[in-house]
Amino acid sequence: MAGIVSITLQNNDEARPVIESILEDNPSANANYMPGAVKIDCPERLVVKAESVSERIGRDWDPQEIHLTIVSMGGSLDEDDDELVLSWGA
Amino acid sequence: MTPPRKKKMNLKQRYALMTRGLDWETSYQKMDDVFPYDTFEGIKITDWSKWEDPFRLTMDAYWKYQGEKERKLYAVLDSFAQNNGQLGISDARYVNAIKLFLTGVTPLEYQAHRHFAHLGRHIRGAGPRVAAQMQSLDELRHAQTQIHTISHYNKYFDGFAEFPHMHDRVWYLSVPKSFFDDACTAGPFEFFTAISFAFEYVLTNLLFVPFMSGAAYNGDLATVTFGFSAQSDEARHMTLGIEVIKFMLEQHPDNLPIVQKWVDKWFWRGHKMLGLVAMMMDYMLPKRIMSWKEAWEIYFTEAGGALFEDLSRYGLRVPKYADIATEEAEHISHQNWAIFYQYTQAAGFHTWLPTDEEMAWLSEKYPNTFDKYYRPRFEMWREMEAKGERFYNNALPQLCQTCQIPMGYTEPGDPTKIGFRSTEYKGERYHFCSDGCKDIFENEPEKFAQAWLPVHQIFQGNCGGADLGDVLKWYRMDNGTDNLDYSGSPDQQQWDAWQAARKKVAG
Repeated sequence: MAGIVSITLQNNDEARPVIESILEDNPSANANYMPGAVKIDCPERLVVKAESVSERIGRDWDPQEIHLTIVSMGGSLDEDDDELVLSWGA
Repeated sequence: MTPPRKKKMNLKQRYALMTRGLDWETSYQKMDDVFPYDTFEGIKITDWSKWEDPFRLTMDAYWKYQGEKERKLYAVLDSFAQNNGQLGISDARYVNAIKLFLTGVTPLEYQAHRHFAHLGRHIRGAGPRVAAQMQSLDELRHAQTQIHTISHYNKYFDGFAEFPHMHDRVWYLSVPKSFFDDACTAGPFEFFTAISFAFEYVLTNLLFVPFMSGAAYNGDLATVTFGFSAQSDEARHMTLGIEVIKFMLEQHPDNLPIVQKWVDKWFWRGHKMLGLVAMMMDYMLPKRIMSWKEAWEIYFTEAGGALFEDLSRYGLRVPKYADIATEEAEHISHQNWAIFYQYTQAAGFHTWLPTDEEMAWLSEKYPNTFDKYYRPRFEMWREMEAKGERFYNNALPQLCQTCQIPMGYTEPGDPTKIGFRSTEYKGERYHFCSDGCKDIFENEPEKFAQAWLPVHQIFQGNCGGADLGDVLKWYRMDNGTDNLDYSGSPDQQQWDAWQAARKKVAG
């Protein structure tokens, strides 16, 4: 079984461009909407790219801004200035 | 000419400088004297510098983001209070879930604040020490924001006013209290395994995600907002949990059996404690978001499955009795709600029987168990109520020595038979609800033999007196107001009056 990694974000205006970027940059990702939040699952690896979010919001997005909207996660995380990656086996 | 702009440091460099770079090896005192607690558990650490916080959060960034979270949160809380947000919830029965949360969970946040402050001083590695300091501040923030938010409900509803007093005394609140007392009296690595890994990483999603989403669904703007604000810290706490486990397992092979024993223990303890949450989700939310069983499948079977598959490369296996906990996910919420229904006279929130519609939902969500084992019981109690013979259990229950829950759980494989286990220690017999709880006792009998068991304490005369009225006074529970069924309660009367006023205005 491929390990599923997962990120849950608030479903609000601030998180929406992040959610959209994740779904575009991770074609195998699957979004599960629940009241107030959305849980995005993806087999093995999921990336949040600062560039994609920045394009959507028209300013530089710092991956640390994820702290304002993240609800939960599953997987091992690695973050630098350009992206945030969730995976297993790291 | 202006000097060229200095290049900004990247995240990894900033993290290295702001955590490791600020640390030093002591010279005129021995490191073992400065950090006296991080070796006695037998965990072997050869190189603390191998630790890395995956979020690479430094204190300056921490303050910046936390400040922004607080500003947002308090804007919503203020608006909720100003605009009488209590009128917008789905039903006043919902508020009882918040009562259980404030009395059972909020004091644990404060306990966590204290103990992470201790670890933030006493772990010799700078990486985990800084992470523990941040978590200590987070937990204090959670306690404060929860108390602040819920203080608005306290203006209108009963059962909130004495929450810290109740947490220290009331029988069912000894379940979460003793869980945390157990963790805080353990060594630092066991505490990390208990709270950061087993609780925060493996199990906390079951509490916060469906519960806060449930608050959103039930119109509780205030709880959703503090819940998600707290939860944004929780993701960072989860990374601390998984890193600490990997770190211990990578540092030395001798650590594996110790870590495995802790993982087994704290998974089982967490599973039992979260039975209270199971009941909140299946019985106390007027509008339900998912069943406990569904939440267990998503967050333990699926997410925990991927996690333990990943950790198997270190030799760590799935917690002992995980299969039994999964089987119990079909039963635990029904059995717990039945316990509270029987002992409503001694509960600090209101109880009720599920309506026909709610029972239909339970049948649909629990096709294997609800109609067969639990519906008949609720229907019998409903008939008794109709005849004016509402059933109260007036005998004090036997409690499990480890989890402190009344012995109302059934045998694995036979939901018609109550499970009992016992063992002898220094000439005394101790009783347990399950093999999991018995194993935990047998691994640390000198600790668990000292457990403060509410029923024993009542019988020993340490809880205000011999009858219910005396004990309720000692709990600071107002008889006839804070306890008993929702039907006929002052909470209900007030809610019905609000609804009638709304209809009148609408014409």
